[in-house]
Amino acid sequence: MASDPRPLSPHLQVYRWQLTSVLSILHRVTGVALTVGTILLVWWLVSAANGPDSFEAAQGFLGSPIGLLLLFGWSVALFYHLCNGIRHLWWDTGSGLDLPSVYASGWAVLAGTAILTIVAWIAGLASWGL
Amino acid sequence: MRSSLRSPLGRAIGLGSAKEGVEHWWWQRISSIALVPLSLWFVISVIRLAGADLETVVNWLDNPVPAVLFVLLIAATFYHGALGLQVVIEDYVENESAKLAALIVMKLAAFLLAALGIFSVLKLAFVS
Repeated sequence: MASDPRPLSPHLQVYRWQLTSVLSILHRVTGVALTVGTILLVWWLVSAANGPDSFEAAQGFLGSPIGLLLLFGWSVALFYHLCNGIRHLWWDTGSGLDLPSVYASGWAVLAGTAILTIVAWIAGLASWGL
Repeated sequence: MRSSLRSPLGRAIGLGSAKEGVEHWWWQRISSIALVPLSLWFVISVIRLAGADLETVVNWLDNPVPAVLFVLLIAATFYHGALGLQVVIEDYVENESAKLAALIVMKLAAFLLAALGIFSVLKLAFVS
């Protein structure tokens, strides 16, 4: 695109970040991360379908520190995208689009993400036998 | 004052929207609605299967309900993910050739991964 050298909008060096824009870009970032992360899910399924040896290797990797870190990041991204996705579906009905509601639902999304992540990991680690 | 931008003649002879063009937006919403319960079910299943051996997983997928839900989860996830990545590529890749190439590679990769995942679930479901 050879157009006039016009300034980028938003002007990133002087842009004052706010909750609304940060949550918006996070929705896209977590969506991309989740889609790339599905490779991990498919790899786990293919390993299981390949037989006990490759499944043990896959389970071993997921239980390793790197595997657990990937799973943790994936779970945070999933819960965030899920909560903020519900917020988007609610907006699609035409509701909650005034500024106070947008901020309130934004904080609710962050709280929901934190609560779901903590509950899931407590339950998951308990189920794993830790 | 007219409440519509469309002309009275256009309305009378039924011109205007072809009732198409919003498929991408619409199917992104449909797949997201499906993914709300499916992804919560998936998280609960992963928690219950934490550290499980293959026999436990096979016994779990022996039941039609988890096997079908897993197939639907994979289909909806890759469909929703491909729709989302399409918008990201369209937004950020300016060169038309590169954009087209990226879209083709992304869509084919989504099909490949979805097929691998669904086939693996079915193999685990039918093996026992």
